[in-house]
Amino acid sequence: MPRPLSRRAFLQRTGFVGCSLAASPLVTPVTFAATPWDARLVVIILRGGMDGLDVVRPYGDAALRTLRPTLGGGPDQGAHDLDGFHALHPSLEPLMRLWNEGDLGFVQAVSTPYRDKRSHFDGQDMLEAGTDTLAGVRDGWLNRMLQAVPGITAQTAYAIGHNDMRLLQGSADVANWSPEAQLGLSPQAQQLMDLVTEGDPAIHAAWQEAQMLAALEEEEAAATGKQRKGAHVRIAEFASARLREDARIAAFSLNGWDTHQAQRNALPRALTRLSETLVTLRQKLGRAAWDKTAVVALTEFGRTARENGTGGTDHGTGGMMVLAGGAVQGGRVHGDWPGLASGDLYQNRDLMPTRDVRAHVAWIMRGMMGLERNTLEASVFPGLDMGDNPHLLL
Amino acid sequence: MRAFDPQLAEIRFGYGLSPQVAAPSGIDAMIAGLQGPDTMADAFPVEPFDTFRLRMIEVAKAAEQRRKNRGTPKAEAAKKRRNELNAAARKDGLRWAGHVLLRRIWSPTAFRERLVAFWADHFTAHGKRGVIRRATSPYIQEAIRPHIAGRFDDMLQAAIAHPVMLEYLDQSRSMGPGSKRAGKKNRGLNENLAREVLELHTLGVGGPYTQQDVRQLAELFTGLSFTPQDGFTFRKDFVEPGAETVLGTTYADDTTTAPIRAVLSDLAAHPATAAHLARKLAVHFVADDPDPGLLAALEAAYLETDGNLLALYEVLLNHPTAWAPELTNFKPPLDFMSSAMRSLAVPEALLMRFNEKKMRRVFAAPLTQMGQQWQRPLGPDGWPEEDAHWITPQGLAGRVAWAMDAPEFILRVLPDPRRFVDTALGDRADDAVRFAAAAAESKPEAIGLVLMSPAFQRR
Repeated sequence: MPRPLSRRAFLQRTGFVGCSLAASPLVTPVTFAATPWDARLVVIILRGGMDGLDVVRPYGDAALRTLRPTLGGGPDQGAHDLDGFHALHPSLEPLMRLWNEGDLGFVQAVSTPYRDKRSHFDGQDMLEAGTDTLAGVRDGWLNRMLQAVPGITAQTAYAIGHNDMRLLQGSADVANWSPEAQLGLSPQAQQLMDLVTEGDPAIHAAWQEAQMLAALEEEEAAATGKQRKGAHVRIAEFASARLREDARIAAFSLNGWDTHQAQRNALPRALTRLSETLVTLRQKLGRAAWDKTAVVALTEFGRTARENGTGGTDHGTGGMMVLAGGAVQGGRVHGDWPGLASGDLYQNRDLMPTRDVRAHVAWIMRGMMGLERNTLEASVFPGLDMGDNPHLLL
Repeated sequence: MRAFDPQLAEIRFGYGLSPQVAAPSGIDAMIAGLQGPDTMADAFPVEPFDTFRLRMIEVAKAAEQRRKNRGTPKAEAAKKRRNELNAAARKDGLRWAGHVLLRRIWSPTAFRERLVAFWADHFTAHGKRGVIRRATSPYIQEAIRPHIAGRFDDMLQAAIAHPVMLEYLDQSRSMGPGSKRAGKKNRGLNENLAREVLELHTLGVGGPYTQQDVRQLAELFTGLSFTPQDGFTFRKDFVEPGAETVLGTTYADDTTTAPIRAVLSDLAAHPATAAHLARKLAVHFVADDPDPGLLAALEAAYLETDGNLLALYEVLLNHPTAWAPELTNFKPPLDFMSSAMRSLAVPEALLMRFNEKKMRRVFAAPLTQMGQQWQRPLGPDGWPEEDAHWITPQGLAGRVAWAMDAPEFILRVLPDPRRFVDTALGDRADDAVRFAAAAAESKPEAIGLVLMSPAFQRR
């Protein structure tokens, strides 16, 4: 065994002396550089394949009843009428106020370019990669968007929660955090952790970020007083707090949309989480920040137009995008309606997508961050044709 | 040419170094350890599903009692009985978790435990409603563990027809649209299990199958079901009439499970399955980006031996890249915890004295905090393999908090950290860790720092 070094000798040898934790730029509360824009973008990935046809029910299409004899129908079955053709799932009742104020909208019959194999995992990868192939793609579209704008800091964009957020992976700096993570270490143990992990860049970087974020959160908690709430609510609160400060982008997931069976019971749980998440964002962002915010909720695919044999729906194609925030053109269901008659369905089973969901997201980023169309079409979503402006923003 | 290294055998193919259990002496010993008597399962038992089923019968009885006697004291008693049964299963579930950990801590052939975990993840399943939610360990004990050194086909058959899998992927209520039963009740098909069998369990998502194959396989699977009373049952009244064609082969016969067994055997023997399993195994044990030569050798061995898993492991362990000295893979949270407990040689008596609440504090809650809720992966594809998924600030925060708290909470008396550096890290202890272990303010922090070192986190 080699002779143990004295503490002082070791600190000198590793250049540790004089670099106390408090002086580290990653731990000290820093005033971050101003971001190049003021608008806020929140991206929520709805994992599992949300059944758009049950969330915003096209009850005006006569085929809906035939395709879905036991799943919910229009206003006569407790859904909230939106525009005389669509009705909102009863579980989203708390969002009717946002709808009436023009802060909630939907885009129907959208999809990624992913087709036919209907795998969750490939579908989500494709949604987050933002490309039309998965071959050779390692980063996500939200990260590529960050790469295209100057002045980004490590606190401009946040991936929040325990889920892997591929859409934010890539060479641009992004913060990762989960609101319930805590450190509770002595200052010395923190220093020694720095030392021990120093030789492994990946572990070291994640550790340094953990320290900084734990410090930020402690301040927050001290200021507001802590309460236990659902994980999604805490995530929305954390996102709001960051977005009120220097963060401009936040991304997280809501799970539980894979309703193969007994959808009548399963879907309301997921919808309640979505609704509480949006209401929390609205409350905690405050009017001024909310007015500059667009929340975009995306799912990997829609579900079969017909209900299946077990009161649920199987993996489909055309799906639904949810829009919220003071910056969006709410109070309406955007997008072309393909119809539900049997000749109108994709492969006689799924809602036919009428537009690439990436085009809608690209137009939102064009409107909010002022990105050039050719940047969006060449770098952020390579190969995408954005088409005409769908006017999703105010 | 790199060769077998006993420390690496423990770190990369087991649950890390133990101060009390000797490392395997060679590749032959590692292979032999998969075939000998299952001493760990005997020492630290987990209830097989066939016994767990009796709990489900009792819960169903209580529910029926409650329904029949609504509004009477009898119904109240039945409700109480159901709650007790559920609480007992929850408590036993955590006891089995303790036994799973103890197998990992004390096994002289830890490779066996790693393989059980690997295949249990490949065939991810858990109950969704009621008491069967606690049946994951019993499912693994019954459908996975006996087959890890046998043929893949046998494991596939056991896992797919298992009640927990049939429940998890919604198969047990799926009926052919033309079946007798569906005709009466206006019910029908559910594609979930059929799709995941092709995508996850056999061919892989890049495999040569289409939506039509998924549909046909779902029709072929109709009839696979279970009841608490009988366990697996084949419901002829659910079966879709007529032959089904999957990947070009037609399967007839509506009265037995023979065509279902046949299609699973054909899928197990498919070259795409060989390639899919070869990659998964290599990524899990060797590197996120494994050597193409290793993949080719694994694939060839699988096809030559008709899916003999032991042959696959021999190829893996005899390949030079398996013994590359750099530790590159990052341990997922449960494996980190398991190897920490092995490095501390946590005795059975200390771990098993914990009641449910303490087991949650020291095990279940921190595991969730680190991003890996016990036996609840997000989807049927199991836990991610990519290291980047696990090396996150929140994940590390969870590990640090646990590493500095749990060892003392469990052991009460900690080992000398300066010695622990060597027993836990072996030849991979470096000056920085040695310094930290000696310089920390307290023993718990010193032990935690050793556990948080990259040499301990990676394998």
